[in-house]
Amino acid sequence: MRKLIAGLVLGTALATMPLSANAETPKNALVMAFSIDDIITLDPAEIFEFSGAEYAGNTYDRLIGFDNKDVSKIHGVVAESWDVSEDGKTFTFKIRDGIKFASGNPLTAEDVAFSLQRVILLDQSPAFILGQFGLTPDNVMEKIRMTDDMTVVMELDQPFAPTFVLYCLTAGVGAVVDKAEVMAHEKDGDLGHEWLRTAYAGSGPFALNKWTAGESLSLTANEEYWDGVPEMKRVIIRHVAEAASQQLLLEKGDIDIARNLEADQIASLQNSDTIKFQNQPKGGLWYLGLSQKNEYLSNPKVREALKYLVDYDGISSTILAGRSTVHQAFLPDGFLGALNDNPYTLDVEKAKALLAEAGLPDGFNVSMDTRNTTAIMGMAQSIQATWALAGINLEIIPGDGGQTLTKYRARQHDIYIGRWGPDYQDPHTNASTFAWNPDNSDEASAKPLAWRNAWDAGDLTAKTDAAILERDTEKRVAMYHELQRDVMANGPFVIMFQETEIASLRNNVHNLDLGPSFDNNYYRFVTKD
Amino acid sequence: MFSVLRSNRDGRKRARLFSGTGGSFIRLVFSLIITLFGLLLVTFLIGRVLPIDPVLAAVGDRAPQAVYDRVREEMGLNLPLWQQFYIYVSNILQGDFGRSVLTSRPVLDDIKRVFPATLELATVATIIGVALGIPMGVFAAVHKGKWPDHLVRIFGLVGYSMPIFWLGLMGLMIFYMKLGWVAGPGRLDAFYVDFIEPTTGLMLIDTLIEGDMDLFWNAVSHIILPASILAYFSLAYIARMTRSFMLEQLGQEYILTARVKGISETRIIWRHALGNVMVPLVTVIALSYANLLEGSVLTEIIFSWPGLGQYITNSLLKADMNAVLGGTIVVGAVFIGVNLLSDVLYRLLDPRARR
Repeated sequence: MRKLIAGLVLGTALATMPLSANAETPKNALVMAFSIDDIITLDPAEIFEFSGAEYAGNTYDRLIGFDNKDVSKIHGVVAESWDVSEDGKTFTFKIRDGIKFASGNPLTAEDVAFSLQRVILLDQSPAFILGQFGLTPDNVMEKIRMTDDMTVVMELDQPFAPTFVLYCLTAGVGAVVDKAEVMAHEKDGDLGHEWLRTAYAGSGPFALNKWTAGESLSLTANEEYWDGVPEMKRVIIRHVAEAASQQLLLEKGDIDIARNLEADQIASLQNSDTIKFQNQPKGGLWYLGLSQKNEYLSNPKVREALKYLVDYDGISSTILAGRSTVHQAFLPDGFLGALNDNPYTLDVEKAKALLAEAGLPDGFNVSMDTRNTTAIMGMAQSIQATWALAGINLEIIPGDGGQTLTKYRARQHDIYIGRWGPDYQDPHTNASTFAWNPDNSDEASAKPLAWRNAWDAGDLTAKTDAAILERDTEKRVAMYHELQRDVMANGPFVIMFQETEIASLRNNVHNLDLGPSFDNNYYRFVTKD
Repeated sequence: MFSVLRSNRDGRKRARLFSGTGGSFIRLVFSLIITLFGLLLVTFLIGRVLPIDPVLAAVGDRAPQAVYDRVREEMGLNLPLWQQFYIYVSNILQGDFGRSVLTSRPVLDDIKRVFPATLELATVATIIGVALGIPMGVFAAVHKGKWPDHLVRIFGLVGYSMPIFWLGLMGLMIFYMKLGWVAGPGRLDAFYVDFIEPTTGLMLIDTLIEGDMDLFWNAVSHIILPASILAYFSLAYIARMTRSFMLEQLGQEYILTARVKGISETRIIWRHALGNVMVPLVTVIALSYANLLEGSVLTEIIFSWPGLGQYITNSLLKADMNAVLGGTIVVGAVFIGVNLLSDVLYRLLDPRARR
């Protein structure tokens, strides 16, 4: 027995021996915890996920870019300059000289034309962003072409607003890939797609070192980057799903940046002297989708009443705690033409009066499909409480994200609470989903959010289509103002908040450049002391 | 399994080459196939009745309808259910488990990556669980009804009933944050993630193969906490079972005989009683090992351990059925494998089973 006790004591002593030294991350490497299990591909012609877009933004150069501080300032990246023809249907891009791919090949007009053509030919999820210009797999080879080594011409089918065309080219589909490198890996005419899904052929400030799906992503600096070599020689992104684990790693100094801390963790770190926060409004909007197939929700008075029954400030300051601002128009702040006045506040009396006008003074029963995450559940419960004040009995149906979304997309919901993220930086991205619905039948081929909520957008559809052809930017802005006002007053959406991304950084990390979308979160300026 | 010639009950010797070893082998293979087939069929059907659209995982919510329709067709989802299953099974028979939607890689490659992580964690946890659980159980049995017994039982009860999520976070808070005795979440420090090329996929072994002792100790300091947390679970179970098996044995007459013969108490407990307990205990340990090998989702999430549990759960939530089915087959195969292993151990431990 004594031996046993001795053994136990020895075992405990061994187990408690310190095994880890308190290591700081190296000065020239950036280590980040980030939920990156949404990355399913590394091919910029296919990437359509948040962290995938962030990867592409840091590793590929795009044709056009904009200033993260002022989105209205559009500038060339790979394109040094551009011209728009008189009729507005031909764009000519002059390619910047001296850009080199990671392979050593120089970037030429051939690569640019190939990259854009490739997006259309592969026809993956984001291809429609370029497809909007009338480009199809059948005509793209003639519509987009190089005219000499440093010039690319793109022909559109309509005289689109130049801002529309240029903003679309700032999206991930505007990324330029190394034609020679990609075609060297082509299999069965797939334009190197299969290979590029897990590989790299770009010219950006960082190059891919290694991607292990659902585990980690590591990048190395491009030592020959034309627009300034990054100070961080390596960037290591570790997938950490649990926010509490991210917090511990950050506090301990094992990582430099935590990207997915929740409201309560951010609150608990407010007084930390080693950690700071960086806030950036993002394009994501939190909204309620009210199905017009529901007899109550299809009543305009009811829709208006519901807009007065959300505790906007309360939810924003407590449940979303700094990770959102109140925003009620369908264009997020930062977009061309965004409306930033928020007319609705919690006003139970007004809502009751509206419900009485609708013939429902005692309220009604309705259900809401709710994804079971802390934030969404919290919002739903707050809404449930305020609606009860006006007699509306809201049943929350919890479900996993895939489940609620599937139901929503099949138009089987009463109310859906969710988040909508814009696809590219032009106002059309949201207008074409919130204010556009050419066919409201169940068999429709286009299924924007308006369709999902079975809302016939009426003449807004035509107005939305007209707005992308308005070449005068002032007038274009006015058109979007009108669309937003209309949807705000009559639409089946209770748009509530605009997302704010909060990155949590160690104090010694500087100059992380966060943009309005994950596409434009840049690591290249980061320094550490 | 060890003898080719066997006596029948009536004493006649008969060649049992086929009906014996070979026969039981064929029966085994046959029951394996039936089991795996049933497993596949049920998982497949569950996957198809889930109210989650698998195409969404592949193209995302924002894809235009045309792309959605094309991918749906590519995934074969517009075919009748029986045909989808037929195609799936015939692909598997050719060794093709399909491609995971979430990682866009072959499922088999994914499993080769995630399973070693789980295997490593489960093995270390089981070693800890056995090394501590058996002595604790014996200790409790010997002191039945006295304070050491109560202590072990309370310790076991706590381990068995504490939510592992909470335990994991507390463990991290205390041993990683406050005391700094162990490393944090992950299999290696984030900075080392791409220093190691997976050979076996087992971090402890790969680092040794590369001969990098710093990385080896780094891996040890990362695995020790999650393994201990998991081990606490199996330890509690093993200790409880050991205790009750031991109590049963210690009440037997041969123990009394041994005591009368003057054999030392230590030898009676550790050799005579424990020796007999080992046989049923192997089943207990094998079961708890197999359970750990399924992957413990919560532990894997907290310790950002890229193992099988997380892989299957994530895939299931996105209705990525190729990945789920692949994972299910692995789990099924693991259960069968561990059972076979415990059968073999039986024969080594129990002389009667060898006959």
